[in-house]
Amino acid sequence: MMLGEGMLEAGTAVGGFRVRSLLHEGGMALLYDVEPAAGAAPFPLILKVPRLGFGSHPGCLVGFEVEQMILARLVGPHAPRLVASGDEDGAPWLVMERIDGGRLADVAAHAPLAPGEVARLTGTVAAAVHDLHRQNVIHLDLKPENVLFRADGTAVLVDYGLARHGELPDLVEEEFDLPAGTGAAISPEQLAGIRSDPRSDLFALGVIAYRLATGRLPFGAPTTRGAMRRRLWLDPLPPRAHAQGLPPWLQEIILRCLEVRPEARHATAAQLAHDLAHPQQVPLTERAARLRRRGPLVALRRWLRAFGAPPAAAPSPARQLSRAPHVLVAVDLADRREALAEAMRAALRRALAAEPGLRVTLVAACPPPPFGEETAPELAHGQQTAALIALRHWAHPLGLPAEKLRIHVAESTDPAGALLDYAAAHHADRIIVGARGHSALRRYLGSVSARVVAEAACSVTVVRPAGERPD
Amino acid sequence: MRTALLADIHSNLEALEACLAHARREGVDRFAFLGDLLGYGADPGACLEIVAGLVQEGALAVRGNHDEACLGGVLPEMHFIARDAIYWTRERLGEAERAFIAGLPLTVGEADRLYAHASAERPQDWIYVVGTEEAARAFAATPARLVFVGHVHHPLLYFTTPAGTPRLFEPMPGVPLPLSDFRRWLVIAGAVGQPRDGNPAACYALHDHDAGTLTHFRVPYDVDQAARKILDAGLPEKLAWRLIVGE
Repeated sequence: MMLGEGMLEAGTAVGGFRVRSLLHEGGMALLYDVEPAAGAAPFPLILKVPRLGFGSHPGCLVGFEVEQMILARLVGPHAPRLVASGDEDGAPWLVMERIDGGRLADVAAHAPLAPGEVARLTGTVAAAVHDLHRQNVIHLDLKPENVLFRADGTAVLVDYGLARHGELPDLVEEEFDLPAGTGAAISPEQLAGIRSDPRSDLFALGVIAYRLATGRLPFGAPTTRGAMRRRLWLDPLPPRAHAQGLPPWLQEIILRCLEVRPEARHATAAQLAHDLAHPQQVPLTERAARLRRRGPLVALRRWLRAFGAPPAAAPSPARQLSRAPHVLVAVDLADRREALAEAMRAALRRALAAEPGLRVTLVAACPPPPFGEETAPELAHGQQTAALIALRHWAHPLGLPAEKLRIHVAESTDPAGALLDYAAAHHADRIIVGARGHSALRRYLGSVSARVVAEAACSVTVVRPAGERPD
Repeated sequence: MRTALLADIHSNLEALEACLAHARREGVDRFAFLGDLLGYGADPGACLEIVAGLVQEGALAVRGNHDEACLGGVLPEMHFIARDAIYWTRERLGEAERAFIAGLPLTVGEADRLYAHASAERPQDWIYVVGTEEAARAFAATPARLVFVGHVHHPLLYFTTPAGTPRLFEPMPGVPLPLSDFRRWLVIAGAVGQPRDGNPAACYALHDHDAGTLTHFRVPYDVDQAARKILDAGLPEKLAWRLIVGE
């Protein structure tokens, strides 16, 4: 009997591993709990074997091949580690890390969830998706069943059978009767055969968030291409029509993910995660207030457009991300040099001209109020408000649309540390920071820019106004 | 084992030396020359000497249509510029060099691999693999799982699909591609000595047998020097220009 044709008995040896029990029987593959034939495993392992033989889906082997190719390239906490792969008499198998901290599908079964929980969970998954996109991979089949969690809550994306790597051949077949994807979550551009745009994963994240917030699917679960295509012109019922308590900012975010044209969605999963983490800063549009589908005229216009050219797609995940960097600008509110502020804004203007999807977050640090004072909360609030006003004033000459600008005031006596933490948590692609000035205070605090340059996990631009010299 | 695949050297000594040095830095174990060692460039003797020396040490080599043309005949089907270069080259080949070329096979088969200059379909007819139909016929003509060729002067890959029609992939330089065991692959190595894809840098490919990967590399070399030699030798001016623009 071939490996993928029936069920493996406990004790069967595959590669250097021994089967313990069957964990899961899926339509495309079987998953077994396994252990190394010799020695101990550093972490729990599963064996994945595609279903082969008479009547098996022709995509089984291709999906398996794609998964093997992509898992071998992925690193980091958001994908299971590939341990070994091979084939026995032409029947392929792979052994990878088992993820034990829970499944999003189990959480989704309890939907509708509280808005804060929807935002937290979706943000966690968006962070994992962004990490994938940074590695030039698009998942293209995101759904709660394919999201697992580690014990610490980190999201892990599994099942890469339909995934695409921006630098490798696309092996997924489009010649089957159905588009490659899941009917509930497939994006409009995937229906047009486009498999290179990372924003397709943002559409699927929108479907996940919609389901967590309302307990329903925005487009149902169609199984034919014609039924799937309805999403090209028909809006989903706004989530607030199902869940009255849903805050406008969450509906704004969800409906933006579900936009038909990729360019109308968030530019990156990092921007989506950032919005979910900072609800009060999400600019609300007409989407936030909608309580019903938009009328037949909108649908008709989109129906006509659906038969025209497919949407403008990004050529690859890497290209889309490079067009939409998250730039942190460290503003020192105690530094009064107007020449420095202008030089930093000039650096930003150049970046904005070159990178249309760029988003800016201005970050400033305020020292926390003295401990134990009775008026501390009011003091802190007043200080925060003053800092926010000062930062808005700083950004005013740039004339940025609300969508491109975010502001963050960190309460910390360690400006460099606060900036570095924020950059790591929000996937900053670049930091712009001013060079150290001359004041006695600067000398006392040490150089923020030097530490940021040394410790940041992204590029750092240190700006010094023309005509100024270092100490 | 790691094999460097070098096609279409076309008497370009500067490009050949740059690619060999690059491949040695990549730690290759041996070289495979996929034909058209001669024609177009100004250094046929020096290039043949290097290749013949490597063949003595175990390198693979197959014959290309330009190599064969250098042995004789009237070449009615060849473009007049290429033909001028062949006539120029013939005058500079000695008996030993002609014997070396005449002794090269049209194809070399080895385990599940086939090495050839043009399509595996009727190798003596020098068919260009310029589309999926030609690729399908090349796959049909050989049982080999991996087919390595040159002749087209562009770095490309074709792979078989369950539905039957092969698909084309344009590789990114320097990115190792996993050659999945479940498919067959036809690799066009690109041209060492006369790239035609708009990038004048020399091109070769590296097959890592154990990892099952293939990587195309682009190697900058002294194009101006190679072009100057072509002009100094009195070869057609267009051949020098082609090297500089990579077309």
